[in-house]
Amino acid sequence: MSIDTVGNAERNPDQPQPFAELGLKPDEYQRIRDILGRRPTSSELAMYSVMWSEHCSYKSSKVHLRQFGDKKPETDTLLVGIGENAGVVDIGAGWAVTFKVESHNHPSFVEPYQGAATGVGGIVRDILSMGARPLAVMDPLRFGPADAADTKRVLPGIVAGVGGYGNCLGLPNIGGEIVFDESYAGNPLVNALCVGAMRHEDIHLASAKGVGNLVVLYGARTGGDGIGGVSVLASETFDADGPAKRPSVQVGDPFMEKLLIEATLEVLHAGLVEGIQDLGGAGISCATSELASNGEGGMHVWLDRVLLRDPTLSPEEILMSESQERMCAIVEPAKIDDFLALCKKWEVEAVVIGEVNASGRLTVEWHGEEIVNVPPRTVAHEGPVYERPYHRPEWMDALQADAPTADRITRPVTGAQLQETLLDLIASPNLASKAWVTSQYDRYVLGNTVLAQPEDSGMVRIDEETGLGVAISTDCNGRFAKLDPYTGAQLALAESYRNVSATGAVPLAVTNCLNFGSPEDPEVMWQFSEAVRGLADGCLQLGIPVTGGNVSFYNQTGDTPILPTPVVGVLGVIDDVDRRTPIAWGPDGELIYVLGDTRDEFGGSEWAHRKGHLGGMPPLVDLDRERLLSEVLVAGSRDGMLTAAHDVSDGGIAMTLVEMALRSGVGARMWLPDDADPFVYLFAESAGRAIVVIPRSEEMRFTEMCAARGLPAFRVGVVDSGLGADAGFDAATQVLQFGDLFTVHIEEVRALHESVLPALFG
Amino acid sequence: MARVVVDVMLKPEILDPQGRAVQGALGRLGLTGVADVRQGKQFVITLDGAMDADRAAVLERLAGELLSNPVIEDFTLTVQEDS
Repeated sequence: MSIDTVGNAERNPDQPQPFAELGLKPDEYQRIRDILGRRPTSSELAMYSVMWSEHCSYKSSKVHLRQFGDKKPETDTLLVGIGENAGVVDIGAGWAVTFKVESHNHPSFVEPYQGAATGVGGIVRDILSMGARPLAVMDPLRFGPADAADTKRVLPGIVAGVGGYGNCLGLPNIGGEIVFDESYAGNPLVNALCVGAMRHEDIHLASAKGVGNLVVLYGARTGGDGIGGVSVLASETFDADGPAKRPSVQVGDPFMEKLLIEATLEVLHAGLVEGIQDLGGAGISCATSELASNGEGGMHVWLDRVLLRDPTLSPEEILMSESQERMCAIVEPAKIDDFLALCKKWEVEAVVIGEVNASGRLTVEWHGEEIVNVPPRTVAHEGPVYERPYHRPEWMDALQADAPTADRITRPVTGAQLQETLLDLIASPNLASKAWVTSQYDRYVLGNTVLAQPEDSGMVRIDEETGLGVAISTDCNGRFAKLDPYTGAQLALAESYRNVSATGAVPLAVTNCLNFGSPEDPEVMWQFSEAVRGLADGCLQLGIPVTGGNVSFYNQTGDTPILPTPVVGVLGVIDDVDRRTPIAWGPDGELIYVLGDTRDEFGGSEWAHRKGHLGGMPPLVDLDRERLLSEVLVAGSRDGMLTAAHDVSDGGIAMTLVEMALRSGVGARMWLPDDADPFVYLFAESAGRAIVVIPRSEEMRFTEMCAARGLPAFRVGVVDSGLGADAGFDAATQVLQFGDLFTVHIEEVRALHESVLPALFG
Repeated sequence: MARVVVDVMLKPEILDPQGRAVQGALGRLGLTGVADVRQGKQFVITLDGAMDADRAAVLERLAGELLSNPVIEDFTLTVQEDS
C-alpha cells in the first residue's frame, strides 16, 4: 500500500484526485489547493471533504443561522452559547444543564435499528463532552403514512433502536413525537435529544490548550464502519428506488458507551482534562482539527498509534472512520498516568495519539512519514459558505388561498357527526396513543423521571435535596410550516414553550433540529430561511435564547422535499418537581377552564389532514399571548391553584379533553358557549390555548388572576364521575359529555385510542 | 431431500459487540491469546424434494432479505443434496 505523503504531493502536483467522488465541487477543490499551496495529499483530501460536507460545515445554512446569535435576547442564563458541542444554561443553585437535538435521518432510513441507536449514542456523547452527566433522552420521529409498506419496515426498527440503545445505557426516554405524513415516506426523520446536568465548575470545552499537552483517544477501537457514513450519507438524496446503494453504516455498543460516560465523568471530576471532544461525524478529522483550532492552533498526531479493530485500514480511512463510542481528551503530561489508570479501571482502551503545539498547523504522521500538514481552522471553521439563492415558491399563493372552509370540505354539524369526527381523530395514527412505542422505552430508569409521555413535557429531577428539575418538550407541525414557514416555525416554538409552561416549569432556552429538503432547491432554501427568521424573531420576543441545534438538509425523495420540519425543543426549569402540573384532572367538582381564544382555524389541522387536505393559512401566532399564558400557568402551579393543565393543539379542545379524561379515568361534563359553532369550538387548532382544571376553592383567586392579567378564561366544564346512567350506561361508567351534543364512553375510547399502533405495527 | 445451510456473519468492518463480550469472557475463563471473536448465526433449511433453479433463486433472494440484513451482514449459502 503506497502512502500519499506531503512530499509526494509536492513532487507530483498534477496527480488527478477523486475530489468529485468525495463530494467536493471543483472550486472547493481549488480552494484547498490555494490554502495549501499544493495539491492535498489523499489524507488531507479525505479530511477536507468530510469537514466541508454540508453535514459538518453548515455551508448552506450558516448565513441564516447567524440570526440566532444576532437576535439573541438579553439573558443571563446562558453559560455557553452556540458553537460548542451543546449550549449550557444556568438553572440556579450552582446547577447547569445542557441539551441538544440532532438528526440521524439518513442512516436510519438505510439501517433503521443501528441508525436510530447510533443517533442516540451520538447526542449523548455531545452532552457528555460538555462535562455533564446525561440524564434523559427524547426522540422526535416522523414517518410516512402509518399503513405504508416502508413505514412498517422502518418504524419498528427505529423504535427498537432508540429503545435498545437508551435502555442498555440506562437513560430514561421521557418524550418526543411520532408523526405520520406522506412526505416522510421515503425519508423518515429520526431526531434525538439528550439533556444532561452538571455543577457550574464542571463545564468543559472542546479546545486543545497548553503547548506540550497530550492528545488522548479513548473508548472503542477504530474500525472501518461508517467511513464517510454521516458526512456522505447525510449529503445524499435517496432516489425513488429506495436503498439500492447500501453504504457501510455504524453499529453502536451501548455498554461501551456506558463505560465511556463513567470514565469521562471521572477523569473530568478528577481534574485530569484540559479539553475534550466527542467523536461523531468525520471522526478523528473533526476532533483533531476542532480541538486544535479552538486551542493553541497547532497539533501533531501519530496516526499509526490509533488502536484499530481492523489492521488493514488505510490512514485515509482511519481519519474518516465514524466508529462509535470514542472520545478525545487533552491531558497534561504530568497527569497522563492517572488518566490512563482511570480508563483502565473502566475497561476503556486509551492511547496518546498526539501533542499540542504552537505551530499553527495540524500535522499527521504515519509510520514516520508526514501525510497531513494543514492550518486546522481551514478544516474546521473556515470551510465554504454559500449564499444559496432562494425565492418564495409560486405555488404558495394558491396553497394559502385553498383554505379548508365549510364550502370546500363538509363540516360535521349534528351531535352524531361531531361524535364521529372525534372518534375518527382518536383513531388517527397521529393522535392515537403512542404507548406501543413509548412502552418499549425505559421511561423511569435512574428514578428521577417525574413526567413522561403522554404528559405535555418530560420532566426530570436534578437535585434530590431541593427537588429542582427541568422540563423539556419537542414540537413541530410540519404542515403549518409548509403553509407558512415563518409562522410554522413560530408555532412550533409556541407549542413547545406552552407544553413546558403547562407542567409548571419556566421556559429558559431553545434547541432546534431543522429538517428540510435540498438547499440547492431555491424553494426549499426559502422555506429554510423563513423558518430560521421566524424562530429567531420568536425567541427574541419570548426572551429565550437558542443554545444550539442541528440542520439536516437533503431530506427528500427524488425532487419531492419533506414538509419543512423545524423541530423545536424548549427547556424549562422548575424549582420543585413536587409542584408539577400533570394532565390528569382530580375528583368530582373540579372546574375545567379553557384559557385563550378559539378561532375558525383549520389550515394544516389534523382534521383537515384526515380529510386529505392541506391548504389555507396556519393558525395565528401571538407570542405576547403565549408569554402571558405561560406566566399564568406557572403562577397557577406555583400558588397551588391548578390540579391539571394541558396544552390545546392537535385535534383541538375535544381531543385535549379526551386525553385528560383518559389520563385520569374520571368523567366530565362540558358545555359550549352559546354563540359558539360547536365544530369550530371543539376541533379548531388555534394557538395560545390551554385547558386547566381548578379546585372550586381556588376558582375566585384563579379567575381574578386571569382577569387582572388580561387572559381570557372560560369555564367550560366540571369533573363528574356520575354521568354514566344519564348516558345510558351503568352508573359506574365514566363518560365525557359534550353539552347536549354527544357523549363518549371513556373506556371504549381508551380501547380505540390504544389499539391503533398495535394493529399497525404490533 | 435437500439441505440448505445459510451462514450469516456481520461484515468484517462492522463492530460486533457480542463477539467482543465473548472474547472478554474467554480471556477471563482462562483462554489466553484470543485475538478476535466474531459471532454469527446459521440457518439449516430442509426442503421436501430436490433443489432446483427456481427454489435456489428464491432462497438466494430471501437469504438477503429475510435471513440476513445486507446492510451490515454477509451470508453464504451451501446446498447439500441427500441421496
